[in-house]
Amino acid sequence: MNMIVTPASPATPNGTTRPQVRIVIVGHVDHGKSTLVGRLLHETGSLPEGKLEMLKAVSARRGMPFEWSFLLDALQTERDQGITIDTTQIRFRTNSRDIVLIDAPGHAEFLRNMITGASQADGAVLIIDALEGVRDQTRRHGYLLHLLGVKQVAVVVNKMDRVDFSAARFKEISDEISAHLQGLGVTPTAVIPISARDGDGVAARTDRISWYKGPTVVEALDRLEPARPLEALALRLPVQAIYKFDDRRIVAGRIESGSLVAGDEIVIMPAGKIAKIKTVESWPVTPVAGRQGAGRSVGITLDRELFIERGDIVAHAGSAPRETRRLRARIFWLHDKPLAKGDQLLVRCGPKESRATVVAIEKAVDPGELSSSENKAIGRNHVGEIDISLSSPIATDPYTDNPRTGRLVIEVSGRIAGGGLVLSVDAGQRAVPVDIVPVESALRPDERSARYRHNGAVVWLTGLPASGKSTLAKALERRLFSNGGSPILLDGDTIRAGLNSDLGFSATDRSENIRRLAEVATHLARNGHIAIVAAVSPAREDRATARRIADTAFREIHVATPAEVCEERDPKGHYKKARAGALTSFTGIGNDYEAPQAAELVIDTSARTVAEAADEIEQMLKSTGVLFDEVVDLAANI
Amino acid sequence: MDHLDQLEAQSIYIFREAFARLKKIALLWSLGKDSNVMIWLARKAFFGKMPFPALHVDTGKKFPEMYRFRDHYGKEWDLDLRVEPCPPIDAVDPTLPPAARSAARKTEGLKMALAKYGFDGLIAGIRRDEEATRAKERVFSPRGLEGNWDVRDQPPEFWDHFNASPPQGAHLRIHPILHWTEADIWAYTKRENIPIIPLYLSQNGKRYRSLGDQDITNPVASNAASIDEILIELEQTKVPERAGRALDHETEDAFERLRVAGYL
Repeated sequence: MNMIVTPASPATPNGTTRPQVRIVIVGHVDHGKSTLVGRLLHETGSLPEGKLEMLKAVSARRGMPFEWSFLLDALQTERDQGITIDTTQIRFRTNSRDIVLIDAPGHAEFLRNMITGASQADGAVLIIDALEGVRDQTRRHGYLLHLLGVKQVAVVVNKMDRVDFSAARFKEISDEISAHLQGLGVTPTAVIPISARDGDGVAARTDRISWYKGPTVVEALDRLEPARPLEALALRLPVQAIYKFDDRRIVAGRIESGSLVAGDEIVIMPAGKIAKIKTVESWPVTPVAGRQGAGRSVGITLDRELFIERGDIVAHAGSAPRETRRLRARIFWLHDKPLAKGDQLLVRCGPKESRATVVAIEKAVDPGELSSSENKAIGRNHVGEIDISLSSPIATDPYTDNPRTGRLVIEVSGRIAGGGLVLSVDAGQRAVPVDIVPVESALRPDERSARYRHNGAVVWLTGLPASGKSTLAKALERRLFSNGGSPILLDGDTIRAGLNSDLGFSATDRSENIRRLAEVATHLARNGHIAIVAAVSPAREDRATARRIADTAFREIHVATPAEVCEERDPKGHYKKARAGALTSFTGIGNDYEAPQAAELVIDTSARTVAEAADEIEQMLKSTGVLFDEVVDLAANI
Repeated sequence: MDHLDQLEAQSIYIFREAFARLKKIALLWSLGKDSNVMIWLARKAFFGKMPFPALHVDTGKKFPEMYRFRDHYGKEWDLDLRVEPCPPIDAVDPTLPPAARSAARKTEGLKMALAKYGFDGLIAGIRRDEEATRAKERVFSPRGLEGNWDVRDQPPEFWDHFNASPPQGAHLRIHPILHWTEADIWAYTKRENIPIIPLYLSQNGKRYRSLGDQDITNPVASNAASIDEILIELEQTKVPERAGRALDHETEDAFERLRVAGYL
């Protein structure tokens, strides 16, 4: 539960929406953080009725002078007892701002809390004890603010009463901290001398600091610029799932930013497919009218059937996120084993997950020691900047553009091991990082099927080398063509000679080979052709990807010729070479072929003639709706 | 978006994450106000149909009103309802105090149901504000092979990223209403017009604030005879929600012991 101190002052009298600014207060232990918070709540009239009296009584009972810090400490006790949990947030008001104070307390847990809390802060107050001056912890916190990208930092020099309100002492500290922060690229918005206990400089400039001409703390907070509200940012709807519980095909997810309404033109990233929102579905009443904004968990239907999967991002055409396989992130690491270059990870960016490799570690910092280590690894509870290469493209934003989609976490062995912010997105593999708006064909699918007497399909022949895939594929191509259809052969080797000539035979390259084959085949299928793919495609996962891409158009045929027959045939001499050790990464020798478990058809070419096998395939294509059973009256369709 | 909208949207997000990331899940339906809200939220998340079973681990000791409610709304809401029995009291740790021991039957019944169906995720309607050990929970909370909860080794949970890979044979507890309060539940029940068991409303100066087994649940003094009156009462009362639950008061750690062992 969030601790919300109800403001005593009335809500905006004219009903305008006041800008909301989220701040975090940091500084060395005992430099007066709690006291300043208590004082701020009091000075801005934000304390609930009776709280002040209660604090006075508590102080008196302990025989102490009035102590502001009891206010926050009492709240923390409440939280420790489990009554108020979560990131505690305290609200108060300045003249023109609603301030949300994100409390990031604790010592051991500091980094974790700081990064989760302060990464959402628009500004920070860094507090320094006038007597003690700038301490290690002060510098550390300054550094963390820099790491988190918090640019608006107001510095307060507290306990000025302890140094007799000395302007010289203040200037000394002010110069030192300003130099430190500027060295980090942060210019303090103000440096303010205060006595939080007595109130000097908090809401009023008192006589004791008459030499100070700058803003008070409340004035400084009043000048902080709020982050743009999430609704004002571009639409980001990360897809959690596609539901087909009835005849609707609902794309479900939470709007992280922006808003949407039925009729909007959208683009689905990273693929860049376009569609229109047909309806916004809900329950018990559906569809819902009206614009849906950030924070809502919604479901939308589209005006066309597109292949969409969990992790895709729905955006508006023209303001879509970038698609990338490479990004730089600032992360905080929590795992016992340090994160090192070359480590294989699982990265989650919203519902999207991708395998990833750490390409480089640019910075590794122990925020405790404040020293950069030799950049080799990021230890537990340390912070660093890393370059990650992703095995599948993702759509994301730098966190400065969008705090919601610019976050990621890293999983190791199924457990979150770190998390952080996307600093930049390298659109590397794509020459121009523009939004892709694919052009749809001029023809409707039914126009083509009327001519070819079949629907578009991807007929995927998988099996060991020399199992007979290419032979069958060619026979099928000939058969379909003579019936007036439009078959197109995509043989694995042929495609590797051209389009995929940049790919080798590592697991990653093989996956990419299959992905590209599937993309090309699917494009053909969408345009009414029957793409016949003949490729060993040994990995079940890769074929599953192909099926996902081609969706309902996919038909898998397992050419299940026994291995010994394949090796005996060996038309390309591959088996012989592999046995002789001259061919590495050859599927067929060893156990690396993962046979399909639920292929639409299984054919053993050692037990059938080519014509019989082609018959069987034709029959399967008829029974699964690719080929039309009856000869269609073409004239009726033209 | 108002407060209830935000709570609802967050819960729906959690439901969809659980359904997407786990293989076989079920929702624990205790028939009480919280799990009724949960079912409502699940139907919102999945557009009217809850695509996984509602599991009622039945001690056989619920109030007749609760059984009537279950049988009626199980049908009306088109739930895939699985009623699973609990073992007899002799099968339960005799060192537990009486009420806790009685309640622990539910833990055993739960384990039996888990073994029977092989669920890797159980959706449970606990809330942080109910009780101190629940306050420490994660949204996706891993359980050991015995259903046990290791409070000291909970995985970090950042923003809305949850850990959803239980080890082989273990399961996760998913808590889609962890961030709700008792008052939120009632305000939402009223707003959405979700049916309730009449035992929650005052009769003869007493009502149940929390419904459990007949033998270990007591009503509290109250004149709140409508949800509106309940909401007013909740603003003023200093009585904790589970005051009527006997097991919470037997020994200081009775509830924690139960929860560590796998109780809800």
